Amino acid sequence: MFFIQLRDLFKSYGSVRALNGLNLEVPKGSLYGLLGPNGAGKSTALRIVCTLLAPDSGYVEVGGRDALLEEKETRRRLGYVAQEVAIDKILTGRELLQLQGDLYHLDNTHKRKRIEELIHRLDMHEWIDRRCGSFSGGMKRRLDLASGLLHEPELLILDEPTVGLDIESRSVIWGVLKELRNNGTTILLSSHYLEEVDELADEMAIIDKGKVIASGRPDDLKKELGGDRVTLRVREFSDEVEAQSVRKLIKNIDGISNVVVNQKQGYSLNFLVKSNHVISNLSNHLSKENFEVFALSHSRPSLDDVYLQATGKTLMDAELELAGTRDFKLESKKSMR
Amino acid sequence: MITTNPSINKDKQSRNELKEMLQEISALTWRLFIQLIRRPSTLFAGILQPLIWLLLFAALFSNAPIDFLPGSSSYGEFLGAGLIVFTAFSGALNAGLPLMFDREFGFLNRLLVAPLSSRSSIVISSVIYITTISLLQSFAIMATSALLGYGWPSLGGFFVIAITLLLLVFAITGLSLGLAFVLPGHIELIAIIFIANLPVLFASTALAPISFMPAWLGWIASINPLTFAIEPIRMAYHNSVDLTVVLINAPYGEVNGYSCLTILFILTVGLFFIIRPLLNRKLA
Repeated sequence: MFFIQLRDLFKSYGSVRALNGLNLEVPKGSLYGLLGPNGAGKSTALRIVCTLLAPDSGYVEVGGRDALLEEKETRRRLGYVAQEVAIDKILTGRELLQLQGDLYHLDNTHKRKRIEELIHRLDMHEWIDRRCGSFSGGMKRRLDLASGLLHEPELLILDEPTVGLDIESRSVIWGVLKELRNNGTTILLSSHYLEEVDELADEMAIIDKGKVIASGRPDDLKKELGGDRVTLRVREFSDEVEAQSVRKLIKNIDGISNVVVNQKQGYSLNFLVKSNHVISNLSNHLSKENFEVFALSHSRPSLDDVYLQATGKTLMDAELELAGTRDFKLESKKSMR
Repeated sequence: MITTNPSINKDKQSRNELKEMLQEISALTWRLFIQLIRRPSTLFAGILQPLIWLLLFAALFSNAPIDFLPGSSSYGEFLGAGLIVFTAFSGALNAGLPLMFDREFGFLNRLLVAPLSSRSSIVISSVIYITTISLLQSFAIMATSALLGYGWPSLGGFFVIAITLLLLVFAITGLSLGLAFVLPGHIELIAIIFIANLPVLFASTALAPISFMPAWLGWIASINPLTFAIEPIRMAYHNSVDLTVVLINAPYGEVNGYSCLTILFILTVGLFFIIRPLLNRKLA
């Protein structure tokens, strides 16, 4: 049973297309990760699910209801922790939680009880009565998470919840998310931290250019690659011609598959091998064609390999590629109502 | 078989919605007052500036011929009404700033993602806050003006002053909140506040009567909303409060107290209808 269903979502900001036919199904009670570089469309998708943004077209269902038609009911059922921590610097942490409780119409007794529970659970008692303006990034993020959880939502949406956080705060947040998932809360989180999605997500989707390009359980996606990941360099800095020649040569070797030339990493070659035996034969094949092994690394497949396989570049390269093309004015407009 | 009366359920539902809306409005208004209590400089600046004006302008024009100042025995008394209105006007013009900062810092999204009974609560709380502050500031000017010997209104006069200020504050607050949703950022909003503030004051009867002005400025002053607020308040300081008396000798004709208040009422309602679709769209 799916708690969230997104079908054929399209959304553009002027000439920039943020979502390009996005489809997503999030099972009830699962922790679902959206992985992708900045600008891939993750935040736009999350903002649509939590009714902050309307899509240009498409269907959004949350908890069996049409979220585009029943906005208020949808809002009642979800908690949202935005990418930009939006807190009032003048209020104390406790006052902010009290305000949040009133916005969700909690009665005073229940509100006080929940605030105390969350202060305890997120380890905020030492600083909760200080003004929010004096909080560190980790404290703000914990307070923001507490705000999202105050009304005990069935669905928790988190946009990059641990970006830029210290290890302690990250660990506290991960612990709370795991506990919530175990208690049946559906969680949808976006991240560009591979290890975060790998550690937390029951299921995940990779988003690129506004649509889902791969989805499933992280372990299944890694297994689907069909073997261990190898990165090969025949020279410190190869050129494209040389890399393509090597690619032609090795793609025909038994036990080697999915050979990709990684231009961003000096035309290295990434591929999958079925067994260690294939690697030991590899240098023989290369030397026959007068190629040497300059560097070779061999690892179990990671989500980055899944990403590489799906997009032809690593997540880091995708981030760097997009970093130069980001329109901060447009992003500010997107986040402002 | 158990049956329910739909009209009772509907009543219960609307009572719940009203209760929820009151909870939202009181929480959001309280937040604005906490900000004010912990950062009172804007409140004091809003009182101090007109007070300085009152002291300096009253001194500067203390030798102005009384004949030019209809119904006033000194320039300070004449100026008092203008500064009361100016204080309320400036306060209301700034109403959009907290909302603009909430938009810029993403706090508005926190409010919009909550299942508010009505998103009008966001606007209503701002109106309550600004109205209270503007009235407090105006009252401080009235009190100082009285201490300086420029008079104190009767109970009827006080009532006229309150109604006039409320109408003006509602209209300008609505305008400012509308601008806060339309403009891209606080820099633009502050620029408009700076541009509008003093010219609107100078092009009204706050500092001088229409008869003292060149014809073109007289025209502008006699259609300036501030003039329609200043003149009833000036009248309210007189012993007899009579709204049928002609208060403005405008180039287009005579305007009495009732007409001034009616014009302010129409302005408030008109601005509300102009801004409402914009707020509905932005808060939808």
